[in-house]
Amino acid sequence: MSHAESTKYHRRRALLSQVFAVVCLAATALCVLVLVILIWEILWNGIPWLNAKFLTSFPSRFPEKAGIAPALASSVWLIVLTALISVPIGVGAAVYLEEYAPASRWRNIVQLNIANLAGVPSIVYGILGLGLFVRALALERSILAGALTLTLVVLPIVILAAQESLRAVPDSIRGASYALGATRWQTVWYQVLPAATPGIMTGVILAISRALGEAAPLVAMGAAAFISFVPVSPTDQFSALPVAIYDWASRPQPEFHHVAAAAIVVLLTVLILLNVTAVYVRYRYGQRIRL
Amino acid sequence: MSSAEALPQGRLTIEGKAVRPRKWLEQAIGIALFGCALVSILTTVGIVVVLVVEAAQFFQEVSVIEFLTGTKWSPKLGNQFGILPLLCGTLLVTGGAAVIALPIGLLSAIYLSEYASHSVREVLKPILEVLAGIPSVVFGYLAIVTVSPMIRSVFPSAGVFNAASASVVVGFMVLPMVISLSEDVLRSVPRSLREAAYALGATKLDVTVKVVVPAAISGIVAAFLLALSRAIGETMAVALAAGNTPKITLNPLESVQTMTAYIVQVSQGDTPAGTLEYRTIFAVGLALFVTTMILNILAQWFVSRVREKYE
Repeated sequence: MSHAESTKYHRRRALLSQVFAVVCLAATALCVLVLVILIWEILWNGIPWLNAKFLTSFPSRFPEKAGIAPALASSVWLIVLTALISVPIGVGAAVYLEEYAPASRWRNIVQLNIANLAGVPSIVYGILGLGLFVRALALERSILAGALTLTLVVLPIVILAAQESLRAVPDSIRGASYALGATRWQTVWYQVLPAATPGIMTGVILAISRALGEAAPLVAMGAAAFISFVPVSPTDQFSALPVAIYDWASRPQPEFHHVAAAAIVVLLTVLILLNVTAVYVRYRYGQRIRL
Repeated sequence: MSSAEALPQGRLTIEGKAVRPRKWLEQAIGIALFGCALVSILTTVGIVVVLVVEAAQFFQEVSVIEFLTGTKWSPKLGNQFGILPLLCGTLLVTGGAAVIALPIGLLSAIYLSEYASHSVREVLKPILEVLAGIPSVVFGYLAIVTVSPMIRSVFPSAGVFNAASASVVVGFMVLPMVISLSEDVLRSVPRSLREAAYALGATKLDVTVKVVVPAAISGIVAAFLLALSRAIGETMAVALAAGNTPKITLNPLESVQTMTAYIVQVSQGDTPAGTLEYRTIFAVGLALFVTTMILNILAQWFVSRVREKYE
């Protein structure tokens, strides 16, 4: 290879390398662009339809009268109950796996099982909810049955997040507690759990966000697209914000698409508030233990 | 010894309150925590039992062979229960989503891991988390209102509901997952490998494509498999965008029906429990569960290969 050829060759390789860098950057920029388009489309279609009446009205055949009061109330019921059921069970399971269970075949099986459950499509949980809670336990299509189904959907998320936070608590804290004569539970309750709480809270909030946005399991277990009352007890029939959005979006009339967009704005606002809380918790309480 | 005697024996105080260890309480708590962990096992057992019991009743009336090889799916009219059209719809949408998510996802992961500065990454990662947290039904809305009209303006032959618009939104839904999982494995490739390649005169492109990506390939494959599994199980966006026409076609501009969309369709109509149509939910659900489970287990196997290599 002559000197000129060699220079050309190196220059071409350097250029190729730069082109590749630009391609990679473009791919990443595309992801950001998609998010911007998504939010812009929804705000543009949804904001004009959004007002106080929309939040307090009941569903209607007429798009201009349609509101989300029952769906919003149902969603609040669902996520509160889901959190109340899934947090103790999820954190309990995580404490068992991290602090109690000896390294054994059984522990590996439980761990593998949780990883697999995290990958099960949410609609399969809906089918389980239909067969188990709605039919076998005869809870009918109640808020409780819906919350139990959503609990199963988010439980793997809660467990995995709680495990990670427990693992991040330094062993020296446990050792110090045991050295003072504390029992295992006293160590967990007074030392390990308080130290892990910010991480667990973040995971719980993410799990609740997931539960709030899930429509598939609720539709599969037979949640109503619309109800004409605001549910007041866990045994009441229910709807949910994402289920109502699904119904409105599936209608042919473009007016209903605007209603769907307005409901999405409400849903995303609640989701963003939850996520901001998660970030706040992570920063405010996240750095208390530094060893 | 004397100093030890001076300490209050068997009394632990935390913030001034005396806490006395009780053996029965310790044991009860241990059992309760075990019970919490058992819930996860029981969930799996529950899924398998519910799906298999109802599907078994379905298969008493419809042979497994007919179910797996039949080319027509019309449970209401004509009693035809061949799952191939639903499977074809699922694969068409998933395939399209993969065409979008896998290359863009891998390139973005390479950018974040190999090129982006720390501050750029700090900005981009939360943005991707937001994208990952957007509910499926919102993407479905976007498919109908934005993506489908765009596709129809380019290909006038496309229907209002088409597999392509579902593919596009599902692709972007699973994209954050591909990026974050792939980025993790790319970053876990030891720095020494990169430096050795640079020392040999390699460009950044050579290092990335010929050293880093091959070293991380098991983890990247795992990320791809998990993304495919997610796409196969994706429901609301697909139910809204792809339509409800079960058919065997490879044309992404046509309306199809996926396994998940079929389950939604039957659930919405008030199908009485115990009928054959009601049981199709469980048979199709079982097929869906088995498909995604196989992909997830395969992915875990690939992940364990990465661990063996670098840990």
